[in-house]
Amino acid sequence: MSEVVKIKKGLDIKMVGKAEHTLQVSKSSDLFAIKPTDFHNLTPKLLVRVDDEVKVGTALFQDKYRPEIKFTSPVSGKVVAVNRGERRRILEVVIESDGKHDVLEFKKGSAATLSADEIKENLLGMGLWPFIKQRPYGIIANPESKPKAIFISGFDSAPLAPDYAFILKDQLSSFQAGIDLLAKMSGAPVHVSLPAGQDSPLKQVKNAKLHTFAGPHPAGNVGIQIHHIAPINKGETVWTVGPQEVAMIGRSLENGHLIAEKIVALAGSEVIKPQYYKTTLGTSIKEIVAANIKEGNVRYISGNVLTGTKISKSNFLGFYDSLLSVIPEGDYYELFGWALPGFGKFSTSRTFFSWLTPNKEYRLDTNYHGGERAFVMSGEYNKVVPMEVMPVQLLKAILAEDIDAMEQLGIYEVIEEDFALCEFVCTSKIDSQEIIRNGLNLMIKELS
Amino acid sequence: MDGLRKIVDQLKPTFSKGGKLAKLESTFEAFETFLFVPNKTTHVGAHVRDYMDLKRTMVIVVLAMIPALLFGMYNVGLQHSISIGETWSIMDSFLFGLIKVLPIIVVSYVTGLGIEFAFAQVRHHEVNEGFLVSGMLIPLIVPVDVPLWMVALATAFAVIIGKEVFGGTGMNIVNPALTARAFLFFAYPAQMSGDKIWVEGLSQGEGIVDGYSGATALAEAAAGNMQNLPSVAEMFFGTIIGSIGETSTFAILIGALILLYTGVGNWKIMLSFVVGGFLMGTLLNVFATDTNPYMSLPAYQHLFLGGFAFGAVFMITDPVTAAQTERGKWIYGFLGGFIAILVRVVNPAYPEGVMLAILLVNVFAPLIDYYVVKGHVKRRMKRFAVKA
Repeated sequence: MSEVVKIKKGLDIKMVGKAEHTLQVSKSSDLFAIKPTDFHNLTPKLLVRVDDEVKVGTALFQDKYRPEIKFTSPVSGKVVAVNRGERRRILEVVIESDGKHDVLEFKKGSAATLSADEIKENLLGMGLWPFIKQRPYGIIANPESKPKAIFISGFDSAPLAPDYAFILKDQLSSFQAGIDLLAKMSGAPVHVSLPAGQDSPLKQVKNAKLHTFAGPHPAGNVGIQIHHIAPINKGETVWTVGPQEVAMIGRSLENGHLIAEKIVALAGSEVIKPQYYKTTLGTSIKEIVAANIKEGNVRYISGNVLTGTKISKSNFLGFYDSLLSVIPEGDYYELFGWALPGFGKFSTSRTFFSWLTPNKEYRLDTNYHGGERAFVMSGEYNKVVPMEVMPVQLLKAILAEDIDAMEQLGIYEVIEEDFALCEFVCTSKIDSQEIIRNGLNLMIKELS
Repeated sequence: MDGLRKIVDQLKPTFSKGGKLAKLESTFEAFETFLFVPNKTTHVGAHVRDYMDLKRTMVIVVLAMIPALLFGMYNVGLQHSISIGETWSIMDSFLFGLIKVLPIIVVSYVTGLGIEFAFAQVRHHEVNEGFLVSGMLIPLIVPVDVPLWMVALATAFAVIIGKEVFGGTGMNIVNPALTARAFLFFAYPAQMSGDKIWVEGLSQGEGIVDGYSGATALAEAAAGNMQNLPSVAEMFFGTIIGSIGETSTFAILIGALILLYTGVGNWKIMLSFVVGGFLMGTLLNVFATDTNPYMSLPAYQHLFLGGFAFGAVFMITDPVTAAQTERGKWIYGFLGGFIAILVRVVNPAYPEGVMLAILLVNVFAPLIDYYVVKGHVKRRMKRFAVKA
């Protein structure tokens, strides 16, 4: 194993309600959905209609411009709804499970028996391909592209993050199979990053280069890891896959059909018993949160509190998410809130007396805690972006739509999650993640 | 609290779009958010946010200025009592100063905030908190004898020309408070320079002790009267003649501690400014001649005199007009201090160089940043070349 990469900049936001290491299997939902909105830059083309019968692995929609990329049903049953939003944009394709697990069969095999092309075909056919994202841009990888390397972050450092050592402890062989398959298909080296100071079961993984990262969030962000292992230059492409998805790839291909089971953490201050659930991709969260959420106005977030998506309590878990966070809404007024000493208010600045209690876990809510302003303070972002990137300058280049400056300042290396902490610490309450995504979209548009 | 909230909620529709007083929406909004942190929740990006906001930041800076302000009030009274040859108690001096200084603060805030509100209204923006600080800085850097109408005029000039024409807080090139001071200095040189303006009542000249000059330490030094300089302790604690809030290095240091500890003020800029000033002072010591005794003033005493300490803690550190890059901050602060002492000692037209030096480096800050960013891009490119 290579030496430990120490991340110095960053911030661990300590929140109440981390999931305990217990796995709940019983509760299972009837409704599942795949949401085209989970994928950046995707124009979906619908392949099913309401009332169509589908099997596990039946394509529901495909990428209009790259039709080989398909999005398939995680369960067998019936399409019950295609929900649309503004301008008839497809929001979700909802399937009601019949509990039968009828599967669409593909060629079964491992890295040793399948050829690179067969692996790719299976991934595309089963609907597993969208798990492979590419950098730059953080979009679904192009099946035609040859990546320089594949990066897998074996841990998550975000607030309330699920513990992948726990999630993957019984899926090691599938994880290994996934790595072997990805390596064979791409012909590129696979890098797996592990947390320092934790005895991760992933340490035994072979056929991949292991790296160890220490330090605060965003040490677990794959973008930060890429930056420290082998930064992306203009014209280069790398692929990234989530750890649980690697195991899903391995398991599905070895069995010859899609097995979309996954383990999801339910966490947050408003959860009565935060724990893990064994469920299936795209599950409705209704059964998971039923009778396990405290009273009051709460927000359900598919993903973590920094980068996740706000969903309703009858909506569905996001395609890439292994975490469901539940925190209080912050729609209240606070008299002279900006002037109070602030003993219980978590802040990176010492202007609140919460610096007296550095290890306290906080019950953070969704209030902005102030109004949006122009950039005033400087140097705040630098403290939370552990990359050789000047965050404010990059954001300003994006706002100015200066493509050359964006390239020079490192737009290829970042996606919005790498700027989530900037957004958290920002005194002026600037929505940096949105700016970054707009910048990435601009790059895609200009360079295609 | 609930009762107050109810009143605000009842008033709100009147001031919202379509309401009778919709023209005053920004004004209402400013007062509402002053009373209550709004109930606005996150809708894009991170769902949780730091409790820090611009109001908090600005309030901390104002808080940090309070020691200098209180001492300044006391010192106004003290200097006046000396000028008329009496000995007043601390309380008497303070009250005298309070009565003299308070109107200046009120005029500064009323003028500045009035203009800020008007601009926010026209632009349909929220009112920015920037002037909370500028409005306190202006009274602290003017001589106590300044006519109130001049304060109003200078404040208006600073807010409009120094800030709003660039787009408001966060967009300005030069420090608004210093713009106000520079405006006074250049528009009314007769009233704003000389020895008569620093002590309350001296320009009227009633009851003044014979032979009392009222010259600041810097003026004495510039004239070569080194024997008239106050003692080092007086310089440090600030019982000397000067602008209202600038004299006490000690009180300003208390403010500096608050700013540095809370992280609101940037230590790199403060430190490099002081280092720059000290280095220039030392350099002048080296080249000092008998014909110019000012140059041999010990370098550390420069740091206690005039507006240097105040500039180092409250002016040069203004994050909007300072360099934005980390490396740039070192260069920016150093240049500021370096030039301040150079102008102070070498240029006979200006007894104090801090204001001009800071305005000058304000203008240079974007250029410094430009080259720092260029260097950063170069380093990035090199890194790829090595790793590839």
